[in-house]
Amino acid sequence: MLESLVFYSLAAFILGFGVLVVTARNTVHCVLFLVANFLCVAVVYVMLAAEFLAVIQILVYAGGIVVLYLFVVMLVSLRRAPDTPPDTRRQSQLGFILSAVMLAEMSAILMYSAARPSSAVASAPAPAGGGNTEMIGMLLYSDYLVPFELASMLLLVAMVGAILLARKDV
Amino acid sequence: MTAVTPITPYHYLVLAAALFTIGLIGVMVRRNIIVVLMSIELMLNAVNINLVAFSYQLRDGAGQVFAIFVVAVAAAEAAVGLGIILAFYRNKETVNIDEMDIMRW
Repeated sequence: MLESLVFYSLAAFILGFGVLVVTARNTVHCVLFLVANFLCVAVVYVMLAAEFLAVIQILVYAGGIVVLYLFVVMLVSLRRAPDTPPDTRRQSQLGFILSAVMLAEMSAILMYSAARPSSAVASAPAPAGGGNTEMIGMLLYSDYLVPFELASMLLLVAMVGAILLARKDV
Repeated sequence: MTAVTPITPYHYLVLAAALFTIGLIGVMVRRNIIVVLMSIELMLNAVNINLVAFSYQLRDGAGQVFAIFVVAVAAAEAAVGLGIILAFYRNKETVNIDEMDIMRW
């Protein structure tokens, strides 16, 4: 009962803040709604027993990425708003139509899988023990060692690329 | 009268689908490239919710590990994307994606 209450209120907050991110005219407001959205998603992770990921979400997304966005929004001084006319052109309508098609497709897949009884999935055994962080650490350094190193390489390349792009003479 | 059903993974999948669609609409409709990048972050978050929901259902940590990889890629994407936006803004003084057509032939 409590879980349902928490979930539905969280879902309302997440979707509401998502809509506000997309619809807000002021870009700074968009960034602030994005922070709120990320924090609510972090709470969803806690509900799903992924505490480590929730902390990562708050530290990396709400702490790092959003600050980056805020810096760029502040640096890019918007003398004229980019969305000058509330564009109701064909392009926007096409966007709405394509999004509706995507949503219909995803709902069809969900309906299809919800109609079938979930037999093998529901009865997975409990994990062997140890905390969430310990389990992720073991997985990262054993089964997923190569992707982990690749991700670190990707971050290094992205850092070098961002520094190069931000130089004066690009 | 309305019995409250317990929260199943389907609830999380529906939530993620809705969030993904909101992000998709933002990518397709908004013309400010910073907002477009933020909508992409929303879509990545929806994917993460899916991964963690399945990880919880299957009692398998691999989903959370992949969610961490998604976060890492999102950080790299934000850094490079915002660097490109800054470099573009210095040259053309705009963040409107309709005016970003200098590489179109």
